[in-house]
Amino acid sequence: MAGIEVRPSQRLSTVPLMQGLFSFSMRKQTPPMHRIFRTLHLRDLRARMNFKNLREYLAWLYYQYLLITGIYVLEPWEKSIFNSILFSAIAMVVYTSYVFVPIHVRLALEFFLGIFGGQPESTMALMT
Amino acid sequence: MLVGESLKNGQGTDVSSRCHKHEPFEQAPMYVAVLTYLGFGIVTLFGYLRDFLRAVGLEKCNIAQEREKQKDFVPLYQDFENFYTRNLYMRVRDNWNRPICSLPGPVFDLMERVSDDYNWTFRFTGKTIHNVINMGSYNYLGFAENNADFLKTVADKVRQYGVGVCSTRQEIGNLSIHEELEQLVANFLGVESAMTYGMGFATNSMNIPALVGRGCLILSDELNHTSLILGARLSGATIRVFKHNNMQSLEKMLKEAVCSGQPRTHRPWKKILIVVEGIYSMEGSVVLLPEVIALKKKYKAYLYLDEAHSIGAVGQTGRGVTELFNVNPADVDVMMGTFTKSFGASGGYIAGKKELVDYLRTHSHSAVYATAMSPPATEQIIRAMKCIMGKDGSTEGLRRIRQLAENTKYFRSRLKEMGFIIYGNNDSPVVPVLLYMPAKVVAFAREMLARKIGVVVVGFPATPITEARARFCVSAAHTRDMLNQVLDCMNEVGDLLCLKFSRRKYSPQPDLCDETDFELDS
Repeated sequence: MAGIEVRPSQRLSTVPLMQGLFSFSMRKQTPPMHRIFRTLHLRDLRARMNFKNLREYLAWLYYQYLLITGIYVLEPWEKSIFNSILFSAIAMVVYTSYVFVPIHVRLALEFFLGIFGGQPESTMALMT
Repeated sequence: MLVGESLKNGQGTDVSSRCHKHEPFEQAPMYVAVLTYLGFGIVTLFGYLRDFLRAVGLEKCNIAQEREKQKDFVPLYQDFENFYTRNLYMRVRDNWNRPICSLPGPVFDLMERVSDDYNWTFRFTGKTIHNVINMGSYNYLGFAENNADFLKTVADKVRQYGVGVCSTRQEIGNLSIHEELEQLVANFLGVESAMTYGMGFATNSMNIPALVGRGCLILSDELNHTSLILGARLSGATIRVFKHNNMQSLEKMLKEAVCSGQPRTHRPWKKILIVVEGIYSMEGSVVLLPEVIALKKKYKAYLYLDEAHSIGAVGQTGRGVTELFNVNPADVDVMMGTFTKSFGASGGYIAGKKELVDYLRTHSHSAVYATAMSPPATEQIIRAMKCIMGKDGSTEGLRRIRQLAENTKYFRSRLKEMGFIIYGNNDSPVVPVLLYMPAKVVAFAREMLARKIGVVVVGFPATPITEARARFCVSAAHTRDMLNQVLDCMNEVGDLLCLKFSRRKYSPQPDLCDETDFELDS
């Protein structure tokens, strides 16, 4: 892209009109200045940030993802490569867990029930 | 025990040395370090990808590379520094070397520049960004000004002496104005004699070799400036590094040096020189001067104090760290400083006993080979110093020093309250705000410029790789409104980028809160 990267707040201001459907006003009262214990709760940040709707909030989350992974400094085609690799990895993880996790859980339950459930039966069998 | 000794020997009071103990540097939560490494790792991988594309020929190489004939020889551009420059620095270099087109006062003008090819080349759009608040210039007392009334004496001296000196101090370049300046500097610092040089960096790098040589030992702080390190290396003395501001480490090294002597022959060291700085510019921390002086007296070493950032900026009347800690200036053997920061000129000085300075006049490389300081710069320093000392008949100097101290205190306390991690002593006007992650550093600089505030961000080669930071320099010329504007923007940008990492419980000043109820964990 030409020129300096567009600021996210500039991007947010050109958000199309989805406000009818998802007007997520997360405005709370700003917390008082003399809060004694400081935590990094997402709730506090959302309170201070005044997001007008869900689109803005998601755009901000995407911006955080860009900053944290360091993708922010790369060119757009590199960003797309990284995003597609990450997305396909996550999709594979989700699919694998969907297919295999119930089976594994069922087998594990059967195994453990077999151990603990079998004990009184075997001692009874021994005594009789 | 050591502090007790220094209090008896020096003129310190209990209160002043306790108040100036610097706080330990706060560490960020573990996830921050993990994410920083993650960010660097991902960008490094893409760097390898881009290097591969360039090597294969799919992409044009915009940076220096060897010619075809040289490719079979030892590679020139494959080391880490070149890799980092090519693949990390070049992507984001629009945040550095920004051209300024006005005086670097409390506000300045920037030339707007854009890049069409991701920062490989820039072009100027022709527009200027006006009235950007300057939080990066070392303009501590606000002497970088172009007020015609204040600069009248400078204009007169230019008419009298011209601008160029065209000679070195030892040949025909020793002007009477230089003598006047040196007398004034010696009076200002409370020492016997002083000598001035045209360049601050050269003062350190050219004078340390004149003071120590082979067979001497230099004990230098971990975070010393490059000029001190260069001077130490040029001298040929043995250099040992002690941990930053850590008196136990320094004492251990001194004991070992005195007991064992030189490495193979075990002869005693000819001289032991402890090199420290008044304020460290990347951390904002202040040297523990009374303890260092006590150690130096106990082990009979010499002390070289580099007051580049602290002269004029700390202390009740701007005399630097010796005044801050209430220490006799005669205890410091070599006092060095620069005129670039608080005095709005250029150059450096070395001050101390008359024998020392007379020796340096003949034996220093800077005195023999470097051109003398030019007359307008000399007169600017003279007028600034007279202003600070009150010799020009007004209280302007004292007002500026008080204003700087007040601005520093306000700025630091507000930033800490907001939740940023700040390094350094409460009195130092250098305020590093830790940003950690590489992408956040870049985004921070861009966001602040978009809000018309110019900041300096520093990253890997100058700081450790996980501790990238933005360095603010508070000035006496900043008004309370400007500082408030900067703080509001910091608040906004801190929330936008999630930069408030501090986990310290910080109870604010009573005059800042209006309500009386407390929330413990909101």
